[in-house]
Amino acid sequence: MSTTEAVLPPSRMRRFKRGGGAAAKPARAWWRAPTMLVGLTIAAIWVIVAIFGPLLAPHDPLAQEFAITQAPSGAHPFGTDELGRDILSRVIVAARNSLPLAVLLVVCAGGLGTALGVIAGYVGGWVDGVIMRLADLFSAFPAIVLAMVVTASLGPSTRNAVLALVTVTWPIYARVVRSLVLSIGQSEYVQAFRLHGASARRAMWKEILPNVVGPITVLATIYLADALLLLAGLSFLGLGTQPPTPEWGSMISVGTQYFQNWWMATFPGLAIFSAALAFNFIGDGLRDVFDPQSQVGSGARGSDPAAEEGDA
Amino acid sequence: MRARRQSRSHRPLVRFLLRRLGALVLLLIGITLISFLLTQAVPGDAAIANLGQHPTEESIRAFNEKYGLDDPLPVQYVTYLGNLVQGDLGVSQQTHQPVVDDLSVSIPATAELAIFAIVFSTIFGVAFGVLAALRRDTAVDHGLRVFTLAGISVPMFWLGLLGLYLFFFKWGLLPGGGRLDPTTTPPTDVTGLNTVDALLDGNFATFWDAFKHLILPGAVLVLYSVSLISRYTRSAVLEVLHADYVRAARAKGLSEYTVVTRYILRAALPSIVTVMGLVFANVLAGAVLVENIFNWPGIGQYAYRSAVSLDLPAIMGVSIFIALVYVIVNLIVDLLYAVIDPRVRLS
Repeated sequence: MSTTEAVLPPSRMRRFKRGGGAAAKPARAWWRAPTMLVGLTIAAIWVIVAIFGPLLAPHDPLAQEFAITQAPSGAHPFGTDELGRDILSRVIVAARNSLPLAVLLVVCAGGLGTALGVIAGYVGGWVDGVIMRLADLFSAFPAIVLAMVVTASLGPSTRNAVLALVTVTWPIYARVVRSLVLSIGQSEYVQAFRLHGASARRAMWKEILPNVVGPITVLATIYLADALLLLAGLSFLGLGTQPPTPEWGSMISVGTQYFQNWWMATFPGLAIFSAALAFNFIGDGLRDVFDPQSQVGSGARGSDPAAEEGDA
Repeated sequence: MRARRQSRSHRPLVRFLLRRLGALVLLLIGITLISFLLTQAVPGDAAIANLGQHPTEESIRAFNEKYGLDDPLPVQYVTYLGNLVQGDLGVSQQTHQPVVDDLSVSIPATAELAIFAIVFSTIFGVAFGVLAALRRDTAVDHGLRVFTLAGISVPMFWLGLLGLYLFFFKWGLLPGGGRLDPTTTPPTDVTGLNTVDALLDGNFATFWDAFKHLILPGAVLVLYSVSLISRYTRSAVLEVLHADYVRAARAKGLSEYTVVTRYILRAALPSIVTVMGLVFANVLAGAVLVENIFNWPGIGQYAYRSAVSLDLPAIMGVSIFIALVYVIVNLIVDLLYAVIDPRVRLS
């Protein structure tokens, strides 16, 4: 149902061959794109915050103070929450929860989607039919709706939220990988490889798979932002990470109940926004690097994968 | 090229339509099966979820019997399908109303929000996209790029909350949720869309009230959709901007306005139609989050409430409805696409 046909037009595919020279001839050097630079900087900051969170946090994120819901001050730059916990520390520590989860989600969904896409494109026939109809089926629901039903059924927890979102996001990757495998499989160099006596399996491992890795990496970066927003959305609805673990989405959810204390929701929201924006900036820049004419879709239908992300 | 065009009669369109409708039926069966199996995977007992913390054994038994929860699974599924075909989605365990009735109340609320969001995001999205493409690599283009990337990066629920805090709590400019002020009498129910019904009543005060309630939740949905549409439009316009026929049109001395609307936008239209399907899906998904913040009594809020309270008939009903809308919108998009772009073969 979705319209993703390919991340990159087949003509650009050789770039990814053998990994090397992926950015051999970018139309515009990536470091000259300021948004890419901003994105990389913000992302780097968040990675550092995620790794060294407990060392950077000024307070214990779970420690409660007697004075609750304090407005931002010198002692608590982001204020305190309804239990008197320091919001800055909670935002910082939540990074090591939210960011790895988004990565985990993208890796799992990407892995599953890639595997199924390769099988569909490679085996073909009824196997292809079954896998792609399954992909249609799972993308017939807006991601958050199906994820909501899945987490509600299995019980709200971080693990179930990731599981639910993997269930609904793998088709994105499967479609792209399948069309890549199909187009690469028909390309001249793979045909030549086969003519030299290479088995189909060898062609798969030596020629096709290495060429799928590049585009999938770009796609995964773009969907990292999406994953972050979906996970935060589920937590906001109370279906993801459960308290008292600090999580951006659920902190905003608490903030809705303490509406007049603007700082309770504003700062965790800024954290989600900045991280998602960073990934989108990087993804946008990566597309420019990998495909200077990324505006031009591969088929008759436009295929702007960044514009494609959604359901958040 | 000419041969193909000549062979394009109505027959391929009919065959295409039939095949897509067949696929649609299969898809719908799959969707009901999935939502059915999902609701069966519930480890928590629906009876306990609905009867409070300490139900008596008798009340549990009565509950299970009432909703046929003791039958074997395949029997339950077939029963459900049979009822579904007759338009019976069961009775919500939470509201004790038929799910169909609940849906028919909440669908117009979401429809009003969705129409508002889609109309405004299409107008602004196309305008921004064309502008960005025509001013490619200028400050305008870069500015719009940052704006649209920000638009798809903002958590909708957070933006909605921020909007409520500022426009309702701080400045008191806009209402704080719901579809109408409690003091406003709802308009005569004709379409279910309060703004339209109020106008049909000729009651401008009610219209204004309904419209004011739409602005904040609508704007949150618009920001996201505007970004999607704008990015797609920009790509589509860039693709044709330097095509020979556009250059020819310019060389003929046609005004810039004519060139953009008649030549460039015409060619970009298929891509814009394609993204509309996506926008529709995103608005539906966004409704779940936005409706919860703005206390908007639509299907998003209904879906959320039924999911949290393990109201199985309601969950199934609402997910089947959303999937149905989604699938039909995609079918319409594909059809429109084929109609607009004669190069597309219906195969």
